[in-house]
Amino acid sequence: MRDAFVTSAGEVLADPRSTIVLADISAAAFAPAAARYPERVVNVGIREQLMIGVAGGLALTGQRPIVHSYAPFLVERAYEQIKLDLDHQGVGAVLVGIGASYDRAAAGRTHLAPADVALLDTLDGWTVHVPGHPDEVRPLLRAAVCGTGSAYLRLSTQVNTVAYPEAGDLRVVRDAGPGAPLLVAVGPVLDAALDAVADRPVTVAFTHRPRPFDTAGLRALAGAEVILVEPYLAGTSTRVVADALADRPHRLLALGVGRAELRRYGAPEDHDRWHGLDAAGLRRSVDAFLDPA
Amino acid sequence: MTTTTATELAALLDRVRAGRDFGPNVYSTLDVLQVLYDRVLRVTPATVDDPDRDRFLLSKGHAVAGYYALLAARGFLPADWLDDQGGPASRLGDHPDRLLVPGVEIGSGSLGHGLGLGVGTALGLRAQGRTDPRVYVLLGDAELDEGANHEAIAYAGATGLGNLTAIVVDNRSATYGWPGGAASRFTVNGWTAATVDGHDHDALHTALTGHDHHRPHVVVAAVADGE
Repeated sequence: MRDAFVTSAGEVLADPRSTIVLADISAAAFAPAAARYPERVVNVGIREQLMIGVAGGLALTGQRPIVHSYAPFLVERAYEQIKLDLDHQGVGAVLVGIGASYDRAAAGRTHLAPADVALLDTLDGWTVHVPGHPDEVRPLLRAAVCGTGSAYLRLSTQVNTVAYPEAGDLRVVRDAGPGAPLLVAVGPVLDAALDAVADRPVTVAFTHRPRPFDTAGLRALAGAEVILVEPYLAGTSTRVVADALADRPHRLLALGVGRAELRRYGAPEDHDRWHGLDAAGLRRSVDAFLDPA
Repeated sequence: MTTTTATELAALLDRVRAGRDFGPNVYSTLDVLQVLYDRVLRVTPATVDDPDRDRFLLSKGHAVAGYYALLAARGFLPADWLDDQGGPASRLGDHPDRLLVPGVEIGSGSLGHGLGLGVGTALGLRAQGRTDPRVYVLLGDAELDEGANHEAIAYAGATGLGNLTAIVVDNRSATYGWPGGAASRFTVNGWTAATVDGHDHDALHTALTGHDHHRPHVVVAAVADGE
């Protein structure tokens, strides 16, 4: 997804409004673009507060900033800059994070960012894209850059086998018929979710745009049981789903990354397992939810 | 260009004050603001949306009373607005909001945000080939404590951001001070600098127009301790 982003970002630089802002991360990958557009590929060095401040200033002049780093440094370290230098100034930017929740599992806690979407969710009006496949990155980036508001693209090394570029609104991938429990998979958790319920009558819908969440689609698909599987902090979208279904009796199971700091390294697949986000773990949770003892 | 008289400004400031006591930070910035708006900034109420205007970014957003008075004196906002500053229907808060006040370039109040926004603004102007407009950012010496400023100072110096001027009103309010002077924090990163009496209008004007267009420039406006 990172390569798809670098290629797509190079393309959107053809628009003289576009400006890429980096803090050393991926600077080498952007060297060809920087050589071609020296005024519009800005590397501020390892300075994340400045990175967002610069984005705000660029936007104040009418430029469209595309700001990129590892998710924890991009979203968490400079959160007040996001709140004030973008939102409070009434300007927008496109933030593109890599690393997702635990792509860099062996790097440890400093490089993990399972709370990024929840943190941005404290702000108003952000669009959040969580692509599940590299082929979804280009159209999402282009659409985000063409807009004027603020958007966050959450890129991961974990990917699904099939791309669904049009799945901003919920897209039914597997239809178990009317009244079946609905599982909503966000971004790269789709394959594991499909495996988990392969032999259960569960409808599976996919989205790569958890904000704004497709609440109309949810209402059209949801029965009495809704299962949410998100690749970031568990429960991040509970509020949105609960609000959308407030007038209906329903049960909700929200799965995702746990809050506890595990202090374990390994690979992303290990963390999937430890957080119950692999197919077997999801299956256990879904069984317990749908067949309570 | 017409100048704003001290009497006129004092009367407008009194309308904002409405019997309250102002801290020294309000008065310490008045002369700098006067010189900027009377003699330096190329921006008028008619050009607040002109992409080629000069930008003035008040980073120390609490120094707002003199700012509002000056903006009223120069016709950016109706003087009537001053009478209800901070009221429930007022557009003038204790910190300025760019979406509520004409002529205000940034909303500020949390210290350490203006210089980064100024660097971005300067870069945006450069990317658009606008070599004429200049970006001025007003900070306090205590505000320099915020690390975000030092990210901006180092980057602007290293890249020779010649369309950027920082103004530090130095009333020696930084808790641990700036040994060697506030200007040295900028010059070590390649900025040009001038330190002048913050009440001397001619000296301020000379310093504020003393940039060489190749490097960022800082003006340290020294005023009395705690003023």
